[in-house]
Amino acid sequence: MEQKPFLQMRNISKTFPGVKALDAVKLEILPGEIHALVGENGAGKSTLIKILAGVEIPDPGAEFLIDGQPANIQQPLDSTKRGIAVIYQDFSLFPSLTVAENIGFGREIGQGRRFVNWIEIRETANRALQELGVEIDLNSQLEKLSVAKQQLVAIARALAFNARLIIMDEPTSSLSQAEVEGLFKIIRNLKAKGIAILFVSHKLQELFTIAERFTVLRDGKYIGTYLKKDLNEEKLISLMVGRKVEFIKQPGGKVGQPILEVKSISKKGNFKDISFRLHKGEILGLTGLVGAGRSEVAQALFGLNAPDEGDIILEGKKVSIHSPEEALSFGIAYIPEHRQIQGLVMRQSVAKNITLTSLKKIRGKLGFLDNNSEKNLVNQYMQVLDIRPKNPDMLTMQLSGGNQQKVVLAKWLATNPKILIVDEPTNGIDVGAKAEIHRLLRQLAAEGIAVLMISSELPEILAICDRILVMRRGRMVAEFNIDEATQEKIMNKAFLGTANSVSA
Amino acid sequence: MQKINISKISINKETILLYVFILTFVFMSILSPSKFLSLGNLQSMASQLPELGIISLGMMVVIITGGINLSITYTAALAGIAGAFVLSSGLGSEATGIYVFITILKALAVILLTGFLCGLLNGYLVGSIGVAPILVTLGTMTLYEGVSLLFTKGGAISGFPLQYQWIGNGNILFLPVPIVIFILFALLTGILLERTAWGRSVYMFGCNPTATLFSGVNIKKVIMFVYIYSSVAAALAAIIMTSRYNSAKVDYGSSYLLQSVAIVVLGGTDIAGGYGKVIGTIIAAGIIQILSSGLNLIGINRFIVDVTMGILLIGVLLLNFFINKAGRKGVMTKQQKEMKTDKKVPA
Repeated sequence: MEQKPFLQMRNISKTFPGVKALDAVKLEILPGEIHALVGENGAGKSTLIKILAGVEIPDPGAEFLIDGQPANIQQPLDSTKRGIAVIYQDFSLFPSLTVAENIGFGREIGQGRRFVNWIEIRETANRALQELGVEIDLNSQLEKLSVAKQQLVAIARALAFNARLIIMDEPTSSLSQAEVEGLFKIIRNLKAKGIAILFVSHKLQELFTIAERFTVLRDGKYIGTYLKKDLNEEKLISLMVGRKVEFIKQPGGKVGQPILEVKSISKKGNFKDISFRLHKGEILGLTGLVGAGRSEVAQALFGLNAPDEGDIILEGKKVSIHSPEEALSFGIAYIPEHRQIQGLVMRQSVAKNITLTSLKKIRGKLGFLDNNSEKNLVNQYMQVLDIRPKNPDMLTMQLSGGNQQKVVLAKWLATNPKILIVDEPTNGIDVGAKAEIHRLLRQLAAEGIAVLMISSELPEILAICDRILVMRRGRMVAEFNIDEATQEKIMNKAFLGTANSVSA
Repeated sequence: MQKINISKISINKETILLYVFILTFVFMSILSPSKFLSLGNLQSMASQLPELGIISLGMMVVIITGGINLSITYTAALAGIAGAFVLSSGLGSEATGIYVFITILKALAVILLTGFLCGLLNGYLVGSIGVAPILVTLGTMTLYEGVSLLFTKGGAISGFPLQYQWIGNGNILFLPVPIVIFILFALLTGILLERTAWGRSVYMFGCNPTATLFSGVNIKKVIMFVYIYSSVAAALAAIIMTSRYNSAKVDYGSSYLLQSVAIVVLGGTDIAGGYGKVIGTIIAAGIIQILSSGLNLIGINRFIVDVTMGILLIGVLLLNFFINKAGRKGVMTKQQKEMKTDKKVPA
């Protein structure tokens, strides 16, 4: 059966400052095909989708054909007009509008109308829902519907735009088993109508149920497109992992006494039954797919997300931590994932950022801030971390990403922490700075600090950790010693592991 | 030809304001030297400025955190009325001796305590519950006005001891007492903001509340103190006002609400939070005072005074906006330069 492809993308590259997110990737989608796009975190799936949606523009030299004709996609409206619709994880709908408005509005605006034709909007909405074969009251407000129904509205909205390719980003992440089956039925219906689906998901079992072909990305590169019959789960994982990025292997240190013990903590909707031990002088890696609940666990230890159940035992004493202020007083430091929002006050100087965690320390007589002790503290840590340029009065936003991250490290080292939690510490910084941060973390561990490192970058985890924990869907699914861990083993657990496979 | 390096010329908001202040002063003096520069007018301006100035400083502290305190003038009214009940109870204006002194002290304490409690409520609702400041203070504004009306039925309370009037009308050496209070309060505000952990946290919170929380700062406490400080400023203004008018009434000072916001913004404070200086607010309060007194004095129609003030405010805001924009461009080109030099270094 020879079919002309609906969509052909060839030689798609995308360069962000310092990072090549996509490198000569290709993607081909046939009419009425259910196609899966798979890859690890950071493999480039999201960037590819954004290019498809017209949100990002690829580097020059890209070929983008629809029905064999070159398509010039410069903005989201261009891609919508060509029949490409994206349903993001959060659906990107309007919660306070009605179902009819959500389905019908975009089309009105897309046609450049200035006035709203209410009758037409309702007709459009009705037609789209009928085409899907579902019944939803057109007048109900969107946010009052269940997640599964909201998703159907999003799909109906795509149909109202005469979509020929619907891209679904993690569509099953908040659906129950029955709802997933309902969704799959609808997807097969759409297929019968000649509408193609591009399915992006981490749930391999589901992909094997629904998808016909798989395109695999790794490290921004195209690995291949495979038919379902040529693949199984293990083989697919082995295609996804094996990232070539190499980091200098940092030798492990002497692991000391346990300092922190987490005993089956749970938080509804976040994580369940998490237990582990953290020792002085070790770097404990915590990995898993994005959304597995890693940051939530870290923030539970930092007082931002107190668990509902379970115990946190710090140096042999049971503690409860309800605010970062308390965490700080217990000697727990947290370098958050979103440096520019959570980590730094970008519009203020490097010096003020460094001392923000230690204002109590630099108070002199009468409780006033002491200029000299502030200067000393700032100079000390700017030197230890080699922050450049060596100007404490420079605004933090003027520094490079790597130096900004060092400022975050500096402000927490200034508190003399016993436990340092780092969340994606090398996210968005260049390779040289990454290696420097790795060396620093290892050095801190050697000084006796217990480090818990959350990272999605397996090469990084394998380069500097002593032990590795793997989470999946809010559960702890595996623990590896560094000498037995490989990328394949970790990814296997991250994608397929169950809570029973680990005895903590 | 010598190249002028624009970034080297320091034009900060406060210096511009100072020039505007001097200009308005000179302008008014030329326009009406006999009236504007008369001792009477200078003294009258000096006694009016403190109320507005103190309230503006109280407003500024809140605006630096990215909030606003709409209840500030009714806090002043309520505090003044609470004190007035103490002042007018039992003692006539001819009472003397230690009893008067104690009564006045009691009244001052009641005024400050009322302000403190009003601030506590605002601070609790904003900081601990997390309701938007504009909603909280809009609500408490109505609440404090309502309570004030309940107790006074809209009328004025008077019959204070004579000695109480010294606060609003007396002199220390040659300086009016209100000016002395204003100077002391401004100094205190400056020191608290610039030299204490609380002040530092206020600016950091205004720039980025999330990162401040993530740095282990107790932001609930910081915000609580901000709103208490703002309301105590209102109470301080209430002391001067009740003394100057020798009575307390619900609508005394109610026109200061929008004026104080205008002064704070005119004074260079970022309405989105994170920046604001005591000196800027003081100069801005001075400019507004000179304009309103001066234009009034030379017999200009009240409405034209408002128009003039509006134009001045918009003008300075535009100027600040363009200076900020130029500043941001400077930062961006600097960053681009750095990125280019970074690339030259082999990884």
